[in-house]
Amino acid sequence: MKIKLNIWKQANAKAKGKFERYELDGVDAEMSFLEMLDSLNEKLIKEGKEPVAFEHDCHEAICGCCSLYINGHPHGPGKETATCQVHMRSFKDGDTITVEPWRAKSFPVLKDLMVDRKAFDKLMAAGGFISIDAGQAPDANSVLVGKIDADKAFDAAACIGCGACVAACKNSSAMLFVAAKVSQLALLPQGKVEAKRRALNMVAKMDELGFGSCTNTGACEAECPKGIGIDFIAKLNREYLSASFSEAE
Amino acid sequence: MTKFFTSSIGQKFFMSITGLFLMVFLMVHLTINSLLLFGDGTLFNVAANFMSSNPLMKVVEPILALGFILHIIYAAYITLKNMKARPQGYKVASKTKASWASKNMFILGALIFIFLAIHLANFFWKIKFGTVETTHVEGQELHNVYALVAGLFKGWWWYNVLYMLGAIFLFLHLTHGFWSAFQTIGWNNEKWIRRFKTIGYIYAIIIAGGFAFIPLYFLLKFVV
Ligand code: HEM
Ligand code: SF4
Ligand code: FES
Repeated sequence: MKIKLNIWKQANAKAKGKFERYELDGVDAEMSFLEMLDSLNEKLIKEGKEPVAFEHDCHEAICGCCSLYINGHPHGPGKETATCQVHMRSFKDGDTITVEPWRAKSFPVLKDLMVDRKAFDKLMAAGGFISIDAGQAPDANSVLVGKIDADKAFDAAACIGCGACVAACKNSSAMLFVAAKVSQLALLPQGKVEAKRRALNMVAKMDELGFGSCTNTGACEAECPKGIGIDFIAKLNREYLSASFSEAE
Repeated sequence: MTKFFTSSIGQKFFMSITGLFLMVFLMVHLTINSLLLFGDGTLFNVAANFMSSNPLMKVVEPILALGFILHIIYAAYITLKNMKARPQGYKVASKTKASWASKNMFILGALIFIFLAIHLANFFWKIKFGTVETTHVEGQELHNVYALVAGLFKGWWWYNVLYMLGAIFLFLHLTHGFWSAFQTIGWNNEKWIRRFKTIGYIYAIIIAGGFAFIPLYFLLKFVV
């Protein structure tokens, strides 16, 4: 197939970027979207032009690196797929594909399609961990976790920190990400101990980093490659409210 | 606790509480207004005068005003802040599935606010500070609020249209606002999200349908 591409090019964080048009011939329907970009870059390098910078690593939807806003969707077409799982069969011969970086004040563009997601690291550092001494890996069944809680915690733990929730949200809110982390740990015995402090600190950090607030549009849930649901946001609100009313600061 | 008031979740908590309070108010308001549809207006006049002369209203009225004011102030503040969280937008507008109302709550709220201002000038202001003709029910002198309402809807057909429009804006605001309010205070889970959405639709249909039916009734009664 022949594909027309409209890609955001920006030399560095300070530069003023603009959209660049490319045409790519011989695109195979079975290629992944990232392979298609690789072949575009090979072509550009051969022509002596600057290749397009984009992030990717695992290619199996677990690292959360790949982060492209494709034709109006974070991670492109398809439900619960990361960019690395999008294939060219989702497009037609002659299609124009517009590729943009995540857009959010808290995710500044570094170069072309790459954004700085350090804000998520800072969020994790604010409380997305367990600091109590949990000892060695416990014997099976020595720490009992109910099936429902275990399943829920596992669902939340599926979050790969890609930032598509922020990219999809009209308010650039990080609520789904924070909700996944806070819920995952609050549901498990080792994480419960610090649940209140964690909710308070992560939300305070989220506000400080310039993410917007949640207006419950549900856009995050619709685009999350891991199917994290907004019921976790309700849980985060619950955790935060009860922590605010009970934890002395 | 002090941080709570300035935190994003804390601010939304107040939007939610005030929104829930306003939704209760709407139910009371509609219940009384529905009396406009029965009899010659005596029933409505008695109820309206009972409400305005009730000493409890001296307390409820300022709380209601405060509810509106807080809801509007937080709405404007949160919306502005959220707009700043994405200084540079996308070239291709979002194609993500999300309800129109949920993305336009502030616009809908602003339209409701404009309606509210006209509505207060039409009735509240006149009853409170103007002169309203009186009527006698069982020897008691009462404000003839029924005549005020009927007169407005009889005199200018576009008022009927305006009130129906107001109901439509309210409907849209409530289809999202109802379940969103429960989500914001954390009273929600996988199952209840769907249930609250359904209940919200029913609530919005009853409230907006009820408020829209009253001007329609007067339109059919007088104009047609
Ligand atoms: C009778 C009138 C009104 C009722 C019953 C009402 C009800 C509600 C409810 C229940 C919510 C959901 C709160 C939440 O998501 O936590 C809401 C949200 C909202 N309301 Fe209202 N509202 C009314 C009037 C207004 C007015 C006059 C404005 C603004 C000028 C306004 C602006 C908003 C905005 C912007 C939101 C969304 C806030 C957010 O999602 O962060 N509303 N409203
Ligand atoms: S919640 Fe979903 S969209 Fe958001 S960072 Fe985690 S995996 Fe990505
Ligand atoms: S490259 Fe790792 S999630 Fe896509």
